[in-house]
Amino acid sequence: MWDHEIRAMASTHCILAASVFMATVLPAVLVPGFSVYGTHLLWIYCVSGTVVAVSVAVFWLLGITPPTKKHTVGYKLSRLFRSCLYFLLSCIFFHTVVVLYGAPLIDSALETFSFAVLLTSLTTLRCLCVLGPNVQAWIRVFSRHGAMSVWDTCLQITVACTLVGAWIGAFPLPLDWDRPWQVWPVSCSLGAMIGFLTGLVAAPAWIHYHRKQLTYKCK
Amino acid sequence: MKVRSSVFASFILIFEGIGIALFLRGFFPVPVKSSFSSKNRLSDLPAEPLTGSSPNSTRLPQPLFKRVVIMLVDALREDFVFGPDGRRYLPYTRHIVERGSSHSFVAKARPPTVTMPRIKALTTGSIPGFIDVVMNLNSPALLEDNLIWQAKTAGKRMIFYGDDTWVRLFPKHFMEYDGTTSFFVSDYTEVDNNVTRHLDSTLKRDDWDILILHYLGLDHIGHISGPHSSLIQPKLLEMDDILKKIHSALISKEAEGSLPYLLVLCGDHGMSETGSHGGSSEPEVNTPLVLISPAFKRKVEMEKPGVVEQVDLTPTLALGLGLPISQNNVGRVIPGVLEESSLRDQLRFLHLNGYQLSCLLKDSMQGYDKDAGFEQFRVAEKAHGNWMKLYLEGNTSEVLSNVGKKVLKQYLEALAAMSSALGKQLGKYDMYSMIAGMVFVFQLLLVLLLAMPEALSGGGVVDLPVLSSLLSLPFYLLCLLLASVHVLVCTSAESSCYFCSLSWGLVFAAVAFSSAMFCTLVSMMTRHLTPGPKISGKVPFRSSEWSLSELDVLLLAGTLGHTLSLAASSFVEEEHQTWYFLLNTLCLAVFQDVCRKYFREQRDPSDGEEHTPLSKDCYTSAHQKTNVCSEKWLALATPPFTLICCRLLRSLNQTGVQWAHLPDVGHWLNSSEHRTVLSFLAAFCLVLIYLLVQRRCSWVSKVALALGLLGVYSYRAAVGNVSFPWQHSSRTMSKGTVEARFVYVFVLGILFTGTKDLLRSQIITADAKLKSRGLWEIYSGLVLLVSLLFRAHNLPVLCCCMLIQTLMAQFIWKKLHYDAAQTTIMHYWFGQAFFYFQGNSNNIATIDISVGFVGLESYVEAPAIFLTALSTYAGPLLWACHLVCYLSSERDQSPVAVGHGCYCLALLRSVPAAAYIVLITVLRYHLFIWSVFSPKLLYESMHLLLTAGVCLFFNTMDHSHSSSKA
Repeated sequence: MWDHEIRAMASTHCILAASVFMATVLPAVLVPGFSVYGTHLLWIYCVSGTVVAVSVAVFWLLGITPPTKKHTVGYKLSRLFRSCLYFLLSCIFFHTVVVLYGAPLIDSALETFSFAVLLTSLTTLRCLCVLGPNVQAWIRVFSRHGAMSVWDTCLQITVACTLVGAWIGAFPLPLDWDRPWQVWPVSCSLGAMIGFLTGLVAAPAWIHYHRKQLTYKCK
Repeated sequence: MKVRSSVFASFILIFEGIGIALFLRGFFPVPVKSSFSSKNRLSDLPAEPLTGSSPNSTRLPQPLFKRVVIMLVDALREDFVFGPDGRRYLPYTRHIVERGSSHSFVAKARPPTVTMPRIKALTTGSIPGFIDVVMNLNSPALLEDNLIWQAKTAGKRMIFYGDDTWVRLFPKHFMEYDGTTSFFVSDYTEVDNNVTRHLDSTLKRDDWDILILHYLGLDHIGHISGPHSSLIQPKLLEMDDILKKIHSALISKEAEGSLPYLLVLCGDHGMSETGSHGGSSEPEVNTPLVLISPAFKRKVEMEKPGVVEQVDLTPTLALGLGLPISQNNVGRVIPGVLEESSLRDQLRFLHLNGYQLSCLLKDSMQGYDKDAGFEQFRVAEKAHGNWMKLYLEGNTSEVLSNVGKKVLKQYLEALAAMSSALGKQLGKYDMYSMIAGMVFVFQLLLVLLLAMPEALSGGGVVDLPVLSSLLSLPFYLLCLLLASVHVLVCTSAESSCYFCSLSWGLVFAAVAFSSAMFCTLVSMMTRHLTPGPKISGKVPFRSSEWSLSELDVLLLAGTLGHTLSLAASSFVEEEHQTWYFLLNTLCLAVFQDVCRKYFREQRDPSDGEEHTPLSKDCYTSAHQKTNVCSEKWLALATPPFTLICCRLLRSLNQTGVQWAHLPDVGHWLNSSEHRTVLSFLAAFCLVLIYLLVQRRCSWVSKVALALGLLGVYSYRAAVGNVSFPWQHSSRTMSKGTVEARFVYVFVLGILFTGTKDLLRSQIITADAKLKSRGLWEIYSGLVLLVSLLFRAHNLPVLCCCMLIQTLMAQFIWKKLHYDAAQTTIMHYWFGQAFFYFQGNSNNIATIDISVGFVGLESYVEAPAIFLTALSTYAGPLLWACHLVCYLSSERDQSPVAVGHGCYCLALLRSVPAAAYIVLITVLRYHLFIWSVFSPKLLYESMHLLLTAGVCLFFNTMDHSHSSSKA
């Protein structure tokens, strides 16, 4: 019964990965002087925008979001508003964490915030799409044995991969090689991106190979 | 043989310390030094060789130069003068090099390319080894035989302007001096103007013989913006103008008939492509050496400059000025400088240089008479004697000059050979001792690792099959084998080897120990591998091991990752970044654990529509509810608070290499405008420290602690770092000896009370409360001592340390039931991070030596070393002490917790230490071996030594535990 879901997931992930790829390649072809290292902030905005647009569209079309009880316009608007608020809060949260990790407080605030936006659009946005602006559900999914559907497991895997990727991306920063990709935040955002892509591949594969062991509590 | 895991761990650590000491002895070459502590005198000089009759005069030939001006430009790279840009940078100098009467060379500096060792090399002619630099950190004056001393003894009048390192190295040597500190790297004009302002008046006068100028500006520019910055050219043009000024002044003073002048332009070290120095890359090592004197032949075109050693300048200058060559000199005279003097004088100069080198060779090498250079020198000396005989007989034929040239050539060859033999002595590793040390350390580490399941089991007892292995046949065979290997290696080794020079008893003990360890290792391994009756006891352990939480994964991965990161020089330089990064991640992981604990409990009622016992309690008793809830919020706030603390501390002291130049809060606080802020901060921190520490002390120690902390503040006020509110005018600064001794009295008092309580709890009554109080008192004594030693701007580090320890112990470690191993690893990580928070780095230069003088009138070796080590390792030490207090004071801790903690600490320390000595052996020819890896090796071994001490302390605690149980 899960094959359908896994297939949907795999195709969603394919679309997401393709859009990330296009967001990197298309501007490089169309915009003169665009490069991942050189105009890194531009690349970050481009990729985050694309990921936001594509995931919102795809998840809305798929209809994963838990069905809401009310269908009034006001309620939907409030949900939208809350989602935006959470998005912003999550950006600020990531920014704070990155500063705590040692990023300069004032000097490169724009770079740090762009990196926070990228992380948010790779992690928090998926949560918003799948779970909706519902903190209780988030806490449930991200505590141990809290996954209640295939999508929850998928969310756990991709979010963990992205964050670990960004974490590992910080390793080359102290090396004195003077490479363009060692500039803050290039290596971290590349790490996050690679982690995200890995997560996109790994999540359906892992779920596919563990489908016998996976048992979910009924809602 | 069954031993408790704490005893086992400290035993292993102590022997690892011995192994590492052996390794260090092999790794750091002993500096070549003559065994006499006296200095060369004119009267000691050898006679001119003469065959047949009794030796000729011992007089020196006429000096070549009357006046010498040495213009030393810090960080002057060779290509600034001789490179394609030289004509743009230094037009006048370049003109002199190409067309004037000058000699130019590329002088190779030996690493470490740092100013002080370079100045020592230039003046003594020896090559200060790395260990020499470390050993002489605290003795400012240069006591070795050196050129400046010789010149002073010979009555030369010297003037010095420039870097005040010279003034510290040669106090009372200069007739006139003005030192500029190189502390403010951002200033590159004032430092040089301070030197140049004296120049005009000095050059007009006639009352000096040697003038030394040391310009720092170029080095500072390099540190700020690198060798390709736009600031370089104006600075070099300025230097060029100064050289021109000196040169024209010297020409105008030049009188007919008197001896000529000599103007030397040199650099102490170069500058890497990033503008720093200290390593051994080509641009750092190659410095220009330009000698200008009317005594030299005029050049007609640009010649490729020859390559000499930097130390070659020393004998050249000594002979040129008619001074004895300093005793430890390994340089050889530059033959080009002598060219214009008579053949007899030339031979005499070379003979003097050769004689000095051969004396040094005799002193520092065992088989010196087999050395090729030494033999060549003997031959040349004999030929020289024959030549002298011919010469004195009045022979003036062609034959004489031909023979003389041959002797000259022989001398030069002999000098080159002896000099390189001495130089090699410096750069050679004693591989056999290194390998022996490494084998020791690794055997011990493996034993430690193999004992892990037993040491961390509930019993905390390790079963070492020592006796059975001592009585086994393989043990004796191994002993024989190792002894024969030792004999074989030692008889075939060409160079001196420390391990071979040890006495037979010691070597045999080492061999027996090593083979016993090996046998133990093998029997332990077989016990682990063969399925025996023990397997049933081991299965639950295995299964519990597999369910690792995220935190465990992080702790293991972090420890291993840090060990691996030591292989990269940048990661060693920036090790603080690794620890800050890991610590942050740890705090986030702990935060996640806390959240999980408190929020899941909250979620349950809403989820399953039933109340957990905890929330029921919340309803039943309002008081308890507020208690629980406030505790929950405090627990939740602790990790973020720790994170913020760490972030603030991190910006207190910038360390490392790449970002060390960035402004930090510590400098801001130390500037004199912000003294009020610093005073408030220091007072606040001291009060907070008092509040945090006094909780668990007896009232006697409370009073002592309060008075002691007051004493700390008044010491800082006396030294002039902080000020009392009532004193506004800047008082005369004192050394604060009285105040510091006042504090020492209280430190000793608190330590004494603590020890007394501990002893009472162990011997008279088995009172756990008394014991934990005693421990805490010892800890608070340590805190008081550290707060005295820490600089005023570092007091927040201590304060945050106390605060984090208190909060973590109260809300995290106890509440989340972390076991002894996890707690130990966290303590170790925090200790490491705090080591860097207080401003340390893996560079020797950041050790604060002034701590050694706190409360002492003059330098006394033992207390100075003790205090310096204590203040440097204050962070790790305080955390380790807190670990002892925490583990042994907990009521609900299992009785073996102390043993587990001790074992984990030993393991955590010996894994990186053992890995590091392998890495450094592999990387021993790396470019940065002296500048980056060797200081780290010293730090690692010192840390290992300290951890061994802490483990012994653990041991006494563990012992008392078992005795109180019995």
